[in-house]
Amino acid sequence: MATLNSKIPDGPMKDKWTSHKSKIKLVNAANKRKYHIIVVGTGLAGASAAASLSELGYNVNVFCIQDSPRRAHSIAAQGGINAAKNYPNDGDSIMRLFYDTVKGGDFRSREANVHRLAEVSNNIIDQCVAQGVPFGREYAGYLDNRSFGGAQVSRTFYARGQTGQQLLLGAYSALMKEVGRGTVKMYPRMEMLELVVIDGVARGIVVRNSVTGEISSHAADAVVLATGGYANVFYLSTNAKACNVTAAWRAYKKGATFANPCYTQIHPTCIPVHGDYQSKLTLMSESLRNDGRVWVPKKAGDKRKPSEIPQEERDYYLERKYPSFGNLVPRDLASRNAKFVSDEGKGVGQTGMAVYLDFADSIARLGKKVIEERYGNLFDMYECITGSNGYQEPMMIYPAPHYSMGGLWVDYNLMSNLPGLFVIGEANFSDHGANRLGASALMQGLADGYFVLPYTIGDYLAGSSWGKTAVNHAAFTEAEQQVKERIQKLLNIKGKKTVAEFHRQLGRIMWNKCGMSRNEKGLKEALEEIPKVREEFSKNLALLGSGNELNQSLDNALRVSELMEFSELLVRDALYRKESCGGHFREESQTPEGEAQRDDEKFCHVGAWEYKGAGQTPTLNVEPLEFQEVHLAQRSYK
Amino acid sequence: MEQTMKLTLKVWRQKDKNAKGAFESYQADNIDAAMSFLEMLDVVNEKLTKEGIEPIAFDHDCREGICGMCGAVVNGRPHGPRKETTLCQLHMRHFQNNDTITIEPWRAKAFPVIRDLAVDRSAFDRILAKGGYISVKTGCAPDASVMLVSRENSELAMDAAACIGCGACVAGCPNASAMLFVGGKISHLGLLPQGRIEAKKRAVNMVKKMDDEGFGACSNEYECQAVCPKKLSVSNIARMNRDYILGSAD
Repeated sequence: MATLNSKIPDGPMKDKWTSHKSKIKLVNAANKRKYHIIVVGTGLAGASAAASLSELGYNVNVFCIQDSPRRAHSIAAQGGINAAKNYPNDGDSIMRLFYDTVKGGDFRSREANVHRLAEVSNNIIDQCVAQGVPFGREYAGYLDNRSFGGAQVSRTFYARGQTGQQLLLGAYSALMKEVGRGTVKMYPRMEMLELVVIDGVARGIVVRNSVTGEISSHAADAVVLATGGYANVFYLSTNAKACNVTAAWRAYKKGATFANPCYTQIHPTCIPVHGDYQSKLTLMSESLRNDGRVWVPKKAGDKRKPSEIPQEERDYYLERKYPSFGNLVPRDLASRNAKFVSDEGKGVGQTGMAVYLDFADSIARLGKKVIEERYGNLFDMYECITGSNGYQEPMMIYPAPHYSMGGLWVDYNLMSNLPGLFVIGEANFSDHGANRLGASALMQGLADGYFVLPYTIGDYLAGSSWGKTAVNHAAFTEAEQQVKERIQKLLNIKGKKTVAEFHRQLGRIMWNKCGMSRNEKGLKEALEEIPKVREEFSKNLALLGSGNELNQSLDNALRVSELMEFSELLVRDALYRKESCGGHFREESQTPEGEAQRDDEKFCHVGAWEYKGAGQTPTLNVEPLEFQEVHLAQRSYK
Repeated sequence: MEQTMKLTLKVWRQKDKNAKGAFESYQADNIDAAMSFLEMLDVVNEKLTKEGIEPIAFDHDCREGICGMCGAVVNGRPHGPRKETTLCQLHMRHFQNNDTITIEPWRAKAFPVIRDLAVDRSAFDRILAKGGYISVKTGCAPDASVMLVSRENSELAMDAAACIGCGACVAGCPNASAMLFVGGKISHLGLLPQGRIEAKKRAVNMVKKMDDEGFGACSNEYECQAVCPKKLSVSNIARMNRDYILGSAD
């Protein structure tokens, strides 16, 4: 059994992080350059961590799968980043941001981590402004804030509709500064295909150069995974096409436990699916819900144009069911309700799998110009993709897989149960519980990278000497050999179905049986069906070319084969967790009003799965969750 | 349902950096007008794979027009015929049934082709490593409200910072100049008070690196601005030149 010691510091919640920082071990300044750290992934978490670690004096090797670290998918985040600055004087505080995040996560996150996140949120804004992130400002030159994603205070900082892009470019610029200094070595177009563990300690990675196909080993004193989430297990998602679970999954198979994989976030405001050829779903910032009203026709099967449906025949279902939060309810509720009304036959558009997001009232109240200033780029994006004008007729939206709250288990220091393996950003599990609030992914990625890991990694490194392992160790040779065999095996299949066909097949199973609403029967069926797809994949995959060249189909095949293995663990976890919480809705566990019903008696814990070998059932390790500050309560947004 | 189309694609195929490339023609049938250009290529690639022909390599990732990874010259124009639109956001409804579409990679000495439509743009990273940042270390920033930035400059900085680093400006320029890209970063940082301190040194170092990487000079064609999917203005080049001249005079 793996031991899960969360290492939450003692003392009052508000002092934990401060006192922890003053107690953890430090690495002597002169010794830092002797330590080598590998960072995999260059999104907000990876880029900010790599830059900060290099500034401290460590030697850092950074790997990313794209052609440049600036491409990481953090770049696509639109809406904003939260911080408890309370600049608008509307009563915000660290306590309130902490409280909202714990409640928003439906009491399935680790309180101490969330409090720390809220504490460092303010430092992030300071850091980003100093880097030159052009946040939105008022005419007098002060920073502007807006309310976002279900928050009752205005705590969101934004850079037009491109906040993720600007924050990532900030972290990337810090990273390139260190590359320029020569203390970060950057390895673009390199994919991590194996974690190397020696005597139970993470010692390095094996990567494939996607241009030449060369397999190489890299040893280090610590390995940091900042490899993002696994929403592409659904095939259609808002994630970038290259997002994958490989690095995390390889770590799992080497002994790192995987926590709460069933916590997936389905984002409510995405452009609906329009055809079988569709390769991804596009999210539009949920800031749209600040001024857009969500509705469907009251009558099932009503095919009239929206303009022909009179007010009294429309159901503004979010406003009706949740009068105090209305259209601004958290993401899980907004998504689930869109599914429910569509399942009742009230969905709109060609497929019936869409709801309206209507700006007519806001345009009448504020004028088109104001709406254009606030959301112009989103209306343009909508028109570019759908060919329809959101000012003249309501937009159509539908939920889409977007984010994974689950991830590799980490302790308070962001270290997995494997010593030397750290996991940051979306790839870990800790801060968002069962549902992530809007504008807090950016916050967490940068908190981990700039302000948490640079301290906590020192505590680990100070306790071990540097340079313990070199790449000529037999474990690396063996890992390289296994990677080569995995690749060759795929190339030898020479079947008839493309990678995308298999990925779509997997996605359909996951979306239908383990999507927004889950039940025991469907989950059990998924556990029957997935192995069949895997079996066919291993016999009938059509894959051309070789392993010694740029071969994008091979890249995809490697990723999809890992997603397939991982998907079973996700379903298994969803089956195990018989309660509903946040984004995980089990139909068997709902209130009389049809809301998610938690079961704190049985499930107020983190479930971290441990690999037991090929063909063996994984075992579950449990970390109980204790709530000292925020009292367990049924979430209510009514 | 929108009507489907039949298209002929003339695509640049090149095995690797050192191979000699050539155009190949492929038929694309049943193309739905609602598809994106890259989804159209996906469909063609699936068909090619089943026919035993290696699929067309092309870079892409977010498919939302923000990561800057995708790009190809379509009918002679970087990112294709639509203004201010990346290739991934170009939809097939902007083409006609029976069209022939020519698709080739960015062409520039500083962007060697690595396969088919995929090119090596790492020169951009190397330029930014020479000064595309403000030298602030993590942890030493003052409170964000201490420094005020005029809204006008903040908005201009944001306009410049919107660059996605796709390289269309280089591909569109007859001289393969990277001045819009470099000028964008120099403007973004130099327009902000916190970025002024290093502005002159930044311009000198980045321009030198840009020249060393083999990008051409600017001859005021304004093609870069015309093909930029993010509306970067050539004024950014003027700002770069000003800081460069100030820096060179020091």
